[in-house]
Amino acid sequence: MTVETRQPPKEEHPMEKLLRMDRIPHIWCSTCGLGTTVTALATALAQLELDLDKVAVVSGIGCTGRVAGYMKLDSFHTTHGRAIPFALGLHIARPDMKVIVLSGDGDLISIGGNHFIHTARRNVDITVICVNNFIYAMTGGQVAPTTPITARAATAPHGNFEHPFNLPILAASSGATYVARWTALHVRRLTEAIKDAITKPGFSFVEVIAPCSTLYARLNRLGSGLDLMKFYHDNSIIRHGADMNEVDIDFQSKIVVGKFVDIEKPTYLDCINDGYKRVFGNRYQPYGGANGDH
Amino acid sequence: MKADAKNVLTGAHYLDGNHACAEGGIAAGCRFFAGYPITPSTEIAERISQRFPLVGGLFIQMEDELASMAAILGASWGGVKSMSCTSGPGFSLMMENFGLGIMTETPCVLVNVQRGGPSTGLPTLPGQADMMQARWGSHGDYEVIALAPDSPQESFELTIHAFNLSEKYRMPVLIMTDECVGHMTEKVVIPPPEEIELIARRYTEKKPDEALPFELTDDLISPMLPVGKGYKFHVTGLTHDERGYPVINAEAQEKNVVRLMDKVNKHADDIIWLEESDVEDAEVVIIAYGISSRVVKPAIARAQKEGIKVGEVKMVTVWPFPEKRVKELASKVKALIMVEMNYGQVFLEMDRIVGGKCATYLAGHAGGTVHKPDDVYRIIKEAVK
Repeated sequence: MTVETRQPPKEEHPMEKLLRMDRIPHIWCSTCGLGTTVTALATALAQLELDLDKVAVVSGIGCTGRVAGYMKLDSFHTTHGRAIPFALGLHIARPDMKVIVLSGDGDLISIGGNHFIHTARRNVDITVICVNNFIYAMTGGQVAPTTPITARAATAPHGNFEHPFNLPILAASSGATYVARWTALHVRRLTEAIKDAITKPGFSFVEVIAPCSTLYARLNRLGSGLDLMKFYHDNSIIRHGADMNEVDIDFQSKIVVGKFVDIEKPTYLDCINDGYKRVFGNRYQPYGGANGDH
Repeated sequence: MKADAKNVLTGAHYLDGNHACAEGGIAAGCRFFAGYPITPSTEIAERISQRFPLVGGLFIQMEDELASMAAILGASWGGVKSMSCTSGPGFSLMMENFGLGIMTETPCVLVNVQRGGPSTGLPTLPGQADMMQARWGSHGDYEVIALAPDSPQESFELTIHAFNLSEKYRMPVLIMTDECVGHMTEKVVIPPPEEIELIARRYTEKKPDEALPFELTDDLISPMLPVGKGYKFHVTGLTHDERGYPVINAEAQEKNVVRLMDKVNKHADDIIWLEESDVEDAEVVIIAYGISSRVVKPAIARAQKEGIKVGEVKMVTVWPFPEKRVKELASKVKALIMVEMNYGQVFLEMDRIVGGKCATYLAGHAGGTVHKPDDVYRIIKEAVK
């Protein structure tokens, strides 16, 4: 007797090349904006047809900090707020690689705020994607430097009364060459923005306004994750090149999204190499780090 | 592996400890330095910034010490030998990412030119009161390697040695020098490059789908995985398994932490470096490190002239602590004397290990100046009474 069997081909998940499938399911809540953001990043990387061996992702601490652990790339989950300086070191050692920092608003802008502005000032050629959910989610919904005025948080139970940061203007005034903001609803535009940012030489910054239904929405009675997406749908205003003085986000206000900055400026390593070349002439060898030559 | 010939300043120089340390880093192949100005360590960064452009290195003055430490870890994973230097308050700030370096087993060298503390303390004067911070300054259980040079010559040599240890054991290594050594100018002989032995980083020989970033090996030192070569590995400061994946439970914690500690403890005999003189038939032995190990010499000479049998153990490595040797000495001598510029940080470790087998004395003070040999001499006299 002959037994023949033909198994149907195993279907590969479209993200399989970019995700550590052995770590799925992830720890994020359903309706969290991180799923969309990771999808946008993975799609952007796939569409750019980059050599994925030459892409590294660095995260700090928090819900978004966990992104590094799910991406099938050289990935580094560092300390709270320090993803950017770690990424700076990695980029300087391997300027041939694309280094992408993906972290949250608390991580990048509060505890890591100093690193954020100085790395933008230097125009270090890395991409920073900040998932802004207006709150410290991993630790249970505490107030953040992005929490809108009057919004409630676990450590602002009566409402937040501090002025929040306007991230696009912070990035732009610190020296970023590319600044865009989208919400987790704008998947296609977000993907395009991430592609632009990765391709852009210099410090490129993408803010992703993302729903946190477990904490931000619950503490502020904003409904389900779907309700938040509906809110983004009804209240986002696409305004490319907007005056960034007018893109502040108030509690449940309109959200101005779009591409705000896209300029050309020599990167940190360009400046260093050109500067030393002027001083030392041919005696100076442009710094190239290890450049893959271990 | 030998030092890069064209960048080693072979010959006799007149250098202070900080400049000598910078030259040691360059000779060791350090090509990335991230730092933040702080007295009395800044001359290391200054010399590096002056020398790096022509040796193929990159110096960056970061926005603070937190960033400096994070950046050298990132660059080290990128495959470039990296270092930083600091003092006092800066050392406190670096402790966070020093811990990340320990947890992620990242080779790099951190120099602390110690000054008087606590807080801003004595920025321009020496101290040795960061020794326990070196040991326990970052949170959690771990072991460290710390070296203490006693001169500009040793600052040069021990910086190379620190890089070698960091690559061999795949971990950050501390150089715990002090303001006195840092600013003391003496003859420094830099040998020809072919006489400078360097330990190269050990990378995995396995293929990407087989290699693990924290593989459990017999010697507990996992070869590193290179970035940019398709290994697509994950590294985290969280408690992790051999794959580098976070595992948040007691069992994984036990495995992870114990391996990090065993990596140092089981190689302690290889790491520990002591220099002994006149210890053989000594009645009393002085133990000291860094500048204090030089200051005791006139006191020892004076006591010996009077016929007192006193020897010295200079600890070139302070951590891991030389438990075995201190135990042996305790069973042979009448007293052990620790001389250090603090109120007993390493003394108490020595006393714990002596366990009452002999008398112990501390010659300690709060820093600001080195010991007076007379004060050490008086303790020797007291100890032999």
